[in-house]
Amino acid sequence: MSNKSYYSSITKKIIMSLMGLFLLTFLVVHLTVNSFLLVSKDLFNEGAHFMGTNAFIQVFQWVLFAGFAIHIFYGIVLQIQNWMSRPKGYKKRAAMEQSPFSKYMIYTGLVIFIFLIMHLNNFFFVKMGWVGHMPMTPSGEEDMGALVMALFHNGYYVFIYVVLILLMGFHLDHALQSAFQTLGLNHPTYWGFIKGLSRAYAIVVALGFAIIPLFIYFFK
Amino acid sequence: MSKIDSRIPEGPLALKWTHYKEHQKLVNPANKRKIDIIVVGTGLAGGSAAASLGELGFNVKVFCIQDSPRRAHSIAAQGGINAAKNYPNDGDTIYRLFYDTVKGGDYRGRESNTYRLAENSNSIIDQCVAQGVPFAREYSGYLATRSFGGAQVSRTFYARGQTGQQLLLGAYGALSKEIKRGSVKLFTRREMLDLVVMKDGRARGIIVRNLFTGEIERHSAHAVLLATGGYGNLFFLSTNAMTSNGSAAWRAYKRGAYFANPCYVQIHPTCIPVHGDYQSKLTLMSESLRNDGRIWVPKKIEDAEKVRKGELKAKDIAEENRDYYLERRYPAFGNLVPRDVASRAAKERCDAGFGVGPTGLAVFLDFKEAIGRLGKSVIEARYGNLFQMYEKIVDDDPYQTPMMIYPAIHYTMGGLWVDYELQSTIPGLFVGGEANFSDHGANRLGASALMQGLSDGYFILPYTMQNYLADQISVGHISTDTSEFDEAEKAVNERIEKLLSIKGTETVDSIHKRLGRIMWDHVGMARNKEGLEEGIKLIRVLREEFWKNVRVPGSNKGVNIELEKALRVADFLELGELMARDALHRNESAGGHFREEYQTPEGEALRDDKDFMYVAAWEYAGDDKEPVLNKEPLVYENIEVKTRNYKTS
Amino acid sequence: MDLKLKVWRQASPADQGKFVDYQVHDISPDTSFLEMFDILNDELVEKGEDPVAFDHDCREGICGMCSMFINGHPHGPEKATTTCQLHMRKFKDGDTIVVEPWRAKPFPVIKDLIVDRSAFDLIIQEGGYVSATTGGVPDANAIPINKENADLAMDAAACIGCGACVAACKNASAMLFVSAKVSQFALLPQGKVEAKERVKKMVAKMDELGFGNCTNTYACEAECPKEISITNIARMNRQFIGAKLS
Repeated sequence: MSNKSYYSSITKKIIMSLMGLFLLTFLVVHLTVNSFLLVSKDLFNEGAHFMGTNAFIQVFQWVLFAGFAIHIFYGIVLQIQNWMSRPKGYKKRAAMEQSPFSKYMIYTGLVIFIFLIMHLNNFFFVKMGWVGHMPMTPSGEEDMGALVMALFHNGYYVFIYVVLILLMGFHLDHALQSAFQTLGLNHPTYWGFIKGLSRAYAIVVALGFAIIPLFIYFFK
Repeated sequence: MSKIDSRIPEGPLALKWTHYKEHQKLVNPANKRKIDIIVVGTGLAGGSAAASLGELGFNVKVFCIQDSPRRAHSIAAQGGINAAKNYPNDGDTIYRLFYDTVKGGDYRGRESNTYRLAENSNSIIDQCVAQGVPFAREYSGYLATRSFGGAQVSRTFYARGQTGQQLLLGAYGALSKEIKRGSVKLFTRREMLDLVVMKDGRARGIIVRNLFTGEIERHSAHAVLLATGGYGNLFFLSTNAMTSNGSAAWRAYKRGAYFANPCYVQIHPTCIPVHGDYQSKLTLMSESLRNDGRIWVPKKIEDAEKVRKGELKAKDIAEENRDYYLERRYPAFGNLVPRDVASRAAKERCDAGFGVGPTGLAVFLDFKEAIGRLGKSVIEARYGNLFQMYEKIVDDDPYQTPMMIYPAIHYTMGGLWVDYELQSTIPGLFVGGEANFSDHGANRLGASALMQGLSDGYFILPYTMQNYLADQISVGHISTDTSEFDEAEKAVNERIEKLLSIKGTETVDSIHKRLGRIMWDHVGMARNKEGLEEGIKLIRVLREEFWKNVRVPGSNKGVNIELEKALRVADFLELGELMARDALHRNESAGGHFREEYQTPEGEALRDDKDFMYVAAWEYAGDDKEPVLNKEPLVYENIEVKTRNYKTS
Repeated sequence: MDLKLKVWRQASPADQGKFVDYQVHDISPDTSFLEMFDILNDELVEKGEDPVAFDHDCREGICGMCSMFINGHPHGPEKATTTCQLHMRKFKDGDTIVVEPWRAKPFPVIKDLIVDRSAFDLIIQEGGYVSATTGGVPDANAIPINKENADLAMDAAACIGCGACVAACKNASAMLFVSAKVSQFALLPQGKVEAKERVKKMVAKMDELGFGNCTNTYACEAECPKEISITNIARMNRQFIGAKLS
């Protein structure tokens, strides 16, 4: 099968990278709100409340879902085409990739997808009242913080959460610089910086997300 | 009666080509569509000719032996391409380029052709720049040049050490454009095995073997252009690519085209020395290295012995104990003497026992002085890829220790005889590039092969072929269903079946290596009567053995590499004899042809202008008959014929 | 040196193909990899067996014809080296060497280690050139080109079209090859006239032929015998975006 479709390979990749960059900014916001937990549950609830009521964010969350959906859809399309472009593999193939995690994007992407479903099931669906039960604060507001705290005191959950977050870190390590390359934003002078930025982003975000449940589990 | 008529246009030298173009016959655009042209070979000459003919509107069928036109061996040319642009303001003119080329060729080239070559040189640079060939540039943004052997001006344009590659990719681009447009049809992995000549004497087609399927195919056209390169691989070890061969030219010879000056073979002075029995080819280090490298051997024979045994390193030999023999012998040109002179000088030193390297067949090419003067980074920018290549092959760092080099077979000035129009003695068979006997006389100057290939392809053949084709417009499509095609195809099939049926014990390569050895020893850098006569005998014996005892496994179906090689070697075994015969008949030394009997007391080549100032065009008379020698006298009206002198300017 | 070879043998495009083990003995470390194959083939011919078919021509690393996948790497493990320039001194006595053909859908195996790379020609035919016809061009020095751009264009133009980038890429993507040609012309004023059409057509052809999508693994750059940089891919992406948006 030829790779001829409505969008060219580069266009598809550009869409992938734009959606990916968008998701990267979302993760920063998410991490910021999560980090409120390290201060206090109430601060976190305020943040969650803001996110849950602000009209812009409310609209934007659907854009976010769309972003995920498009990123995942094209990720799968591109991967299938890539598998098809080499019907017979090598007997012996060395690791030649210079971006080490680039090889596993579909798999780490799948992990993030599973995590996303888990996340939706644990939080978003609860908030929407589709599953489980949303705890309430004494003042009668949704107590998202309590929901999170409860989960973060479950040892199994924390373990799975941390492992999945690390795997997401691997995805992110390739992500940022790859998006820059796809968008043509590669220049020998800045390329080292971009790659460093990509790795720093991956480490900060992954560690940031991982520290929160661990801190809560052990110290709160 | 001899068919030798060089058809040189009337008029003063500088106006001959202009006059030709003013008076030649043309084919009108509507009629060009009715004309088919076959081009064999996609190197600089074939690729550029096919593209240009396609642009004009002819139906072109182009054939290449590799999987893509981009792989033709022109790609391996490193150093550069000459042109009389005079951009550096150092006194270059078209006449001077012409003069240097004729002189470099030891006054054995045709004046009018060489002048036209120099005349076209400037257009070539313009054309290539327009195609986006990334020539080296100065910081000003203008084109850079460097100097090459046999010239006192800086007229060589280059693209790092990959000039041939870039020029070929330019021609390949032009060819690809025409393929896309539909004017050129590409046939890859095809090898031409015979030329089809009709009863009226015109070349009308070729027989090719499809190297993937083994099928024998017939292709017809109104004219055939051979641009199939030289026959240097006759020597087995050469700087040519593995598939470079002389079969297309040889088959044309056997169909009646004259073969000119086969003994003029260029031995390139700067190649990586031979290291072992299983070596399959020799690698050239660009002549441009001689711009900054100094060639030397130890002055004392005992030092040379110690170097050979590995007891002494180059750097241990003090400056006063080094013999910069080119600078010593040729003060005016120094390390930049023409290739034949440099090669013979290296051989002379090695034969006298001053050679270095484990075999004693090598001399030093030293960059220490240049690195000291210019800095390592400048040398790296100029020759980085060559140094890298040297290091890969030899496992030695040329920035630290001098390179070791030795002459090797590189280029063949001889080839099919052509007239001013580049048409052979078979009407309708044109020959371009290295395949023709060319404009280089008895020796080609560096950076002139690229110039000649592109001059033939872009700027000569599109004119001269038209002149021939002008009266062919009413002929109509040429059928491949004729008795001539039947006969040619049958002969090819018989040859293949014969080779497959011998089932002997010697591999093709082992016979080819033995042929190469005979050629190198008897028809090599220095020749003499006894050696040549002995060589001819040995070639005949070997040829007989080949046809009795060669082993070609497999069948004619699908890929059969051994069969491909056997067909080529079978032709080399015949061509080798003609080459030795030509060398034997030429009782003088000229350029690449050096007869030990004919040298000055200082060991310089001694020409005999009275008896040998002619092109020897050999005519095939039959397998069991001696070839007939035809002579095209060389007349120099615009150049004073002198003994080449590179000692004083 | 004595070596064990595991070589892919496939009689024809339709054949299933399999690995066959061979032994070679007394190989000099100065022998090139292809000369080692010549020795093997000599032995096979002497035994009356079919020699291993492999592509090769200039044997000096410039024609781009040689194409073996050696021990997991296109052109073998040495950096910036084509198979023909790879020497046996890079291996150890007693090594087992796995030799396979390039693997990619647009590069079908013809025989043994020979693949058909005419897909690259088809991509070039879409616009990998400046459409200057012979004659009628300005003087070569009419357009000064800044040296930096000329050098970058030359870096890109050094591509030998061997297909190692496709062979190395886990997706069998041809982006490095295509971008090298697109970049060469994007950097030169001569190429600018047709730049937009060129990038669109060449990318479309590349997709149509079934090459995979680039996922920026940069394996191509690591394995390219001419060290063509992935900045060319970024440049092509820029060109492509520019061409599509205008």
